[in-house]
Amino acid sequence: MNRLGIRAQTKVKYILRLVALGSALVLSACISEDAPMNYLYPEGPQAIQADRLWDVTFGIAAVVFFLVEGALIYILFKYREGKANAAPKQLHGHTKLELLWTAIPAVILTGIAFMTVPVIFEQAREPKGAVQIEVVGHQWWWEYKYDNGVVTANELHIPTGRPILLDLRSADVIHSFWIPKLAGKQDVVPGRINHLTISATEPGEYLGQCAEYCGLSHANMRAKAYAHDPADFDRWVQEQLAAAPADDASVAAGRDLFLTGTFAGGQQCVSCHTVKGTAAAGIIGPNLTHLASRDRFAGEMFELNDENLRRWLADPPARKPGSKMPDLNLTDQQINDLTAYLLSLE
Amino acid sequence: MATVTTPTPWFLRRPKAKKGIWSWVTTVDHKRIGILYGYTAFIFFILGGLEALLIRAQLATPEAQVVSADLYNQLFTTHGVTMIFLVVMPLGAAFFNYFIPLMIGARDVAFPRLNALSYWLFLFGGLFLYSSWLLGGAPDGGWFGYAPLTTGAEFLPGDHRLDFYALGIQILGVASIVASVNFIVTILNMRAPGMKLLKMPVFIWMSLVVNFLLLFAMPVIAVALFFMTFDRTFEALFFDPTGGGDPILWQHLFWLFGHPEVYILILPAMGIVSEILPTFSRKPLFGYSFVVFSGAAIGFMGWGVWAHHMFTVGLGPAANAAFAVSTMFIAVPTGVKIFNWMATMAGGSLQFKTPMLFAVGFIAMFIIGGLSGVTHSIVPHDAQQQDTYYIVAHFHYVLFGGAIIGLFGGLYYWFPKIYGRLMDERLGKIHFWMMLIGFNMTFGPFHILGLKGMPRRYYTYQAGLGWEMWNMLSTIGAFLIAASTLVFMHNWMKSKRKGEIAGPDPWDGRTLEWSIPSPPPEYNFAEIPTVTERDDFWHRKYKEDKKGRPVPVPTGGADAEDEQHAEVAHDEGHGIHMPSPSYYPLVAALGMPVMAYAVVLQSWTLGVIGGIIALAGFYGWVLEPATAEDH
Repeated sequence: MNRLGIRAQTKVKYILRLVALGSALVLSACISEDAPMNYLYPEGPQAIQADRLWDVTFGIAAVVFFLVEGALIYILFKYREGKANAAPKQLHGHTKLELLWTAIPAVILTGIAFMTVPVIFEQAREPKGAVQIEVVGHQWWWEYKYDNGVVTANELHIPTGRPILLDLRSADVIHSFWIPKLAGKQDVVPGRINHLTISATEPGEYLGQCAEYCGLSHANMRAKAYAHDPADFDRWVQEQLAAAPADDASVAAGRDLFLTGTFAGGQQCVSCHTVKGTAAAGIIGPNLTHLASRDRFAGEMFELNDENLRRWLADPPARKPGSKMPDLNLTDQQINDLTAYLLSLE
Repeated sequence: MATVTTPTPWFLRRPKAKKGIWSWVTTVDHKRIGILYGYTAFIFFILGGLEALLIRAQLATPEAQVVSADLYNQLFTTHGVTMIFLVVMPLGAAFFNYFIPLMIGARDVAFPRLNALSYWLFLFGGLFLYSSWLLGGAPDGGWFGYAPLTTGAEFLPGDHRLDFYALGIQILGVASIVASVNFIVTILNMRAPGMKLLKMPVFIWMSLVVNFLLLFAMPVIAVALFFMTFDRTFEALFFDPTGGGDPILWQHLFWLFGHPEVYILILPAMGIVSEILPTFSRKPLFGYSFVVFSGAAIGFMGWGVWAHHMFTVGLGPAANAAFAVSTMFIAVPTGVKIFNWMATMAGGSLQFKTPMLFAVGFIAMFIIGGLSGVTHSIVPHDAQQQDTYYIVAHFHYVLFGGAIIGLFGGLYYWFPKIYGRLMDERLGKIHFWMMLIGFNMTFGPFHILGLKGMPRRYYTYQAGLGWEMWNMLSTIGAFLIAASTLVFMHNWMKSKRKGEIAGPDPWDGRTLEWSIPSPPPEYNFAEIPTVTERDDFWHRKYKEDKKGRPVPVPTGGADAEDEQHAEVAHDEGHGIHMPSPSYYPLVAALGMPVMAYAVVLQSWTLGVIGGIIALAGFYGWVLEPATAEDH
């Protein structure tokens, strides 16, 4: 029995060490390493407010975890089978003790409830002096429409220091708009308009993505928020408001192809895309007026450059599963011309 | 012989096979049906596990191309549907079938043929669902099947994938409803004399709660699935916003079913653990009534928390606050159970046989799942966690670390009763430690991935977001789980043939099933026992001394008691009338998948054929004689 006891003891010590090591690893990994989507390092006020609730609740949960798992391990060790306890006392219960361990969690949870509920109401309140932007979820890209007429895709530009009220709509299925560093996610539901307030205090780029499963390319529906100083933001708006130049001779071939070409299956660029200042006024795909001012394209999948754009035009569904833009069977010459034109849309 | 009555026509004669395949096809014996449920569910467990391995292989590295986006979406959907509807639920049903009658001192369930019908419906529902892989692709809308993605033809590839989802789960739902009625009636009406409700084993209590939950929850999803089928097949507009429907209606219906479903999945395991712990602690369950009532409380409160799956839908702050509070407080009855289990072990004499290891593993893992569950209830932060791997971590800790680990414990615990032999302890322990380590390696990193913003249901991800190492670790863990399952299967097959003979009561058990031979005879109890105590069988073996310690009852005394009982019994089981086997549950069940294929293929002919088969099954069922004719 003695040897068994020692073996069990070393086993328990080993387990304890393992648990300690494991949790240290977990905590250090969480705490010491920031990442673009890590919402434990929030940067917008809305995300910071939510994060405070998390800090308290996670702290409580961690303490409870160590106490309860510790007690469990202690019991397993202390009451393991042995000669001394071969015939243990037949205890059927202890009402007071049981009431106590019903009451303690109830009290803790009441505390968490009192802390949480006011924040729920506060975050639902409509902010004053907000910049209002309409966000439309499409399979599989984001469209942004500003009050001042700017229409863009995937890359959301916002001014710092002001609340941004997003009106969320969907063109097809349910999506969920989420920029973790700035705020929690909000579903984008067809047939209704949801609201989400976000804001950034510091200029910078904040990654985001669709968080509700929305079909084949759900994983390829990314977003990015660019927060600018108010002056920079105004400059950006002015640039975006300008119409595309319609007389750049160096890209005339591509422009003609874009505006008048008919491709495989009778498809035309203009039936889906808008380029302000031209006849192109399609509303199914992203507005391309200032395509070249964006860093990435196709739901933020690819960096916007000559090579990627060519590969995209050659066969969109092969690059992005399920892409609503079909393979247009373009010739190399057509791809060259179109790429040159699209990259001129600054 | 039939000179007085007309002879029964050939097609209504009841089958008599006692051995071979036909005896299984026509069986109405609850133990055999339990075994069928168990094996079938385990095969689906392997399939669902293989799907999981493919998922993990794809996610092991960023931008991997092990499977395509399209295949990935089918895999994660089928994995979820399989594990919930074809593994954990039927494994629970396997235990209900085999052990409810044995633990309440009954000879069978209340409606033996109905029991067979449940099994065949489950099997055919599962086969129907899996046949989609060969007929244009498996469902790819997620196990939660949110409209309008799943109802509008243009949003997902494939023509009929979601029809298989809607109709397959519909069939499985009928199986569950039929079974729940059967078990509720069995538990309420067929307990041995003296077994008052508060003397029932806790497993029976949890079974009762689960079956009431099934009875009320499955019709909700049935309605939702009919709406979905109508939207898809007949262009109804229940969930289509462009026609005045509301996609959120689906979510309410789905989660009104879906949350009680969570308790349907976990309570059987909780019941099993509540049986294993006292046995291997040599102490009664601490606070029986607290455990029972907290189980019932979970059953009631489980209906009032569904919208916590919908905190980001935009229901408004009042609804979100109300559901946040109800969600927080459902943690209370759950916590009570954990403390009571620990108090059961405290002061006991703990014997770490394999079933006990799994029971303890259940508690240790369930604590983690429970605590992460509480962190979901803080709504503003749930808006961050929602649809990330943090949620996936939570429910795997509850449903794998909880339900599956608990159910494995039950398999080890009752294997000797089912086969009369013990499972190999050494292999059992290897299985346990491999599975526990593999499990934590797979799903522990999910917490971190989720907090680092990795969303669910992504077939691929970019490098550079801090997700690579944890995904790789998780994939390695998944293969460790798979390896541990092979150890279990090897142990099972080996022990079945060569395991040490167990005898009727290998664990010094407490409940009635240990009072009869292993494996139990067809009639279970030669003589229906009379129950005087909770854990009646234990009290026949032990009395308590003044200090409350158990003292074995002198064997002579027990024998005398047995002899007394034996006088009442007639002739050791001979002449005990058992229900006769029947073909008709199988026939009636066969009609359902045929009708389901008719909807998929939009074929009236097939629909009529399916209807005729089902009708023939039910007519045969009603008209066949109550017992086989004697020759």
